[in-house]
Amino acid sequence: MAKHVNLERRRQAIYGWLLLSPAAVLLTTFAFYPSLATLWTSLFSRETRRRPSEFVGVENYSDLFADPTFWTVVQNNLIYAAATIPISMAIALAMALWANSKIPARGFVRTAYFTPTVLPMIAAANLWLFFYTPGLGVLDQIGSLFGLPSVNWLGQPETALWAVIIVTIWKEAGFFMIFYLAALQTIPEDLKEAADIEGASRWTYTRRIVLPLLMPTTLFILVNALINSVKLIDHLFILTKGGPNDASKLILYYIWEMAFAFFDAPQAAAMTILVLAVLGIVAGIKFTILDKRTHYQ
Amino acid sequence: MTSSEPFVRVENVAKRWNGQLGVEEVDLSIPRGSFVALLGPSGCGKSTTLRLLSGLELPDEGTITIDGRDVTTAAPSERNLSMVFQSYALFPHLSVAENVVFGLKVRRVRASERQEKLRRALEITGLLGYETRKPGELSGGQRQRVALARAIVANQPLCLMDEPLSNLDAKLRASVRKDIKKLQVDLGITVIYVTHDQTEAMSMADIVVLMKDGRIQQTGSPEDLYYRPANTFVAEFVGSPPMALIAGAALPGFEGYDKIGLRAEDVQVVEAGNGRLTCRVSECEFLGSETFVGLTHSSASGLTVSMPGLRNIPAGKELEITFSDEDLHFFDSSGRRISPQTGAIDI
Ligand SMILES: Nc1ncnc2c1ncn2[C@@H]1O[C@H](COP(=O)(O)OP(=O)(O)O)[C@@H](O)[C@H]1O
Ligand SMILES: [Mg+2]
Repeated sequence: MAKHVNLERRRQAIYGWLLLSPAAVLLTTFAFYPSLATLWTSLFSRETRRRPSEFVGVENYSDLFADPTFWTVVQNNLIYAAATIPISMAIALAMALWANSKIPARGFVRTAYFTPTVLPMIAAANLWLFFYTPGLGVLDQIGSLFGLPSVNWLGQPETALWAVIIVTIWKEAGFFMIFYLAALQTIPEDLKEAADIEGASRWTYTRRIVLPLLMPTTLFILVNALINSVKLIDHLFILTKGGPNDASKLILYYIWEMAFAFFDAPQAAAMTILVLAVLGIVAGIKFTILDKRTHYQ
Repeated sequence: MTSSEPFVRVENVAKRWNGQLGVEEVDLSIPRGSFVALLGPSGCGKSTTLRLLSGLELPDEGTITIDGRDVTTAAPSERNLSMVFQSYALFPHLSVAENVVFGLKVRRVRASERQEKLRRALEITGLLGYETRKPGELSGGQRQRVALARAIVANQPLCLMDEPLSNLDAKLRASVRKDIKKLQVDLGITVIYVTHDQTEAMSMADIVVLMKDGRIQQTGSPEDLYYRPANTFVAEFVGSPPMALIAGAALPGFEGYDKIGLRAEDVQVVEAGNGRLTCRVSECEFLGSETFVGLTHSSASGLTVSMPGLRNIPAGKELEITFSDEDLHFFDSSGRRISPQTGAIDI
């Protein structure tokens, strides 16, 4: 009898591993191995024609921390995240609540909101170039109607980062709205009716019922927005190239520059590892603290 | 306000969806403290009528008065009523206690009073000890009771219920039915209760409103509907088995009537040669203390005879039946009940 149970258990285990293996193989090849290789690379010095690569421990990291550009870039990225995440989420939620109510031309409104999402980031950046270009751009044209001087939005350090941030928000808000809209449509109509009977105002209903029920979606969007605030840099190549004077340079762009413009792979690897560590911590917080406070249906 | 003034009054109310039928010419007058059942087949406009009363829908025509106040276009919260939804409409992320006091919080009732009312409502519905559970962690019957608790906690004089038992199994339904009826009597509230189940309507209600295709067919006590059906639809809907309808032409002496109604308990089986109708047995339905024997006759529909104990009569066997004239119900060609003496419409 015990033999049978053992055999059955082993069969189940083999079955389980078979089911896991495709994901395990793919993840190992394309995620775990590259991460470890990157970590490994970040511990060696840069190979030049005269000096071969050698083990230097954390020297690449200390170099990085001593590099003022690195800190500028970190600061830029923090501002970028702090602005794009909450603003794009708030706009997405507001648009979704509006597009979910009984308004005329609802289909058109939804499509209009979603359009930026289907544009590739590079195309979107080209579009916005048309807004921002000094003299010819739409913004300047409108400004000149009111007698305002021409502004080089992308060319001056004070405004370059914000110009980039606005493009990102414009691009992301419509995408996030789709998630909110889908979640709103899963909330049964009769909850609103029950709240109406009790005399709850629209605001009370939104705050006490809708927002808590949207919490899982909000969390999902938050994680996506956070990842995007690190990885969404395509438009930098078109709009500012990180300039002027590093004012709009973000971490991933700097990593790219380090690796493919300055050919300093170990430095780029070290920065990559730091980004991975930060994202890892965020994921940890999401799965432990936030998930416990969220009601999943 | 005089005491004869009805508590809820609905006058000539109509609601249409893009010109299509919703409900038409609904007239109701409901005394304070009564239990009213809106009964009818699915899609006949029961829920629509209830939602018009609640203010979740507004009528295209007519007026609605509650407690002497015209509330035809008033918001749901201004009508001093509570509602139990068919789906219960519990807030899934809130605990039982939070669900029940939601309305009290909205109305800014003091916390101590809220606590007291919550405890009473949970006690009445037998939910003490479940305060912190989420609706997802409760059984169907418990959820149903949370919906009830939420409806009674505010102590509103009028409570609307839309098929509150339809998601429960048969056994639970019978016991909750009694609980709801007791609750209504104890609290002295007026209940308007939607159901498609005539047993529910007949056993709980003081007044039954039977609807079909958006129109009221008959309003009356359960006895009224059973013993004096206003038309052939009511006759064939109420009772189990429902009333049989026999063409007048098939009964000597009653050729002047279009349809004649007859209840199963008024039919007797007799020796061959002594019966008024000769039928064939179509099936036997054994119910424990009695057996319903279904009969077919070329000019009658729904003929059934109730026989005591277990009977197993083979299908196709000929049976003769008889009945006395005073047990017959008469209907004219448009299906309306008429009095056999005067021939006048008789409701
Ligand atoms: N929101 C609506 N839009 C269009 N038609 C509706 C709506 N609500 C109900 N109806 C129609 O009104 C009729 C009555 O429906 P309802 O009152 O829900 O019936 P029931 O007696 O089963 O509760 C049905 O024919 C239904 O299709
Ligand atoms: Mg209904």
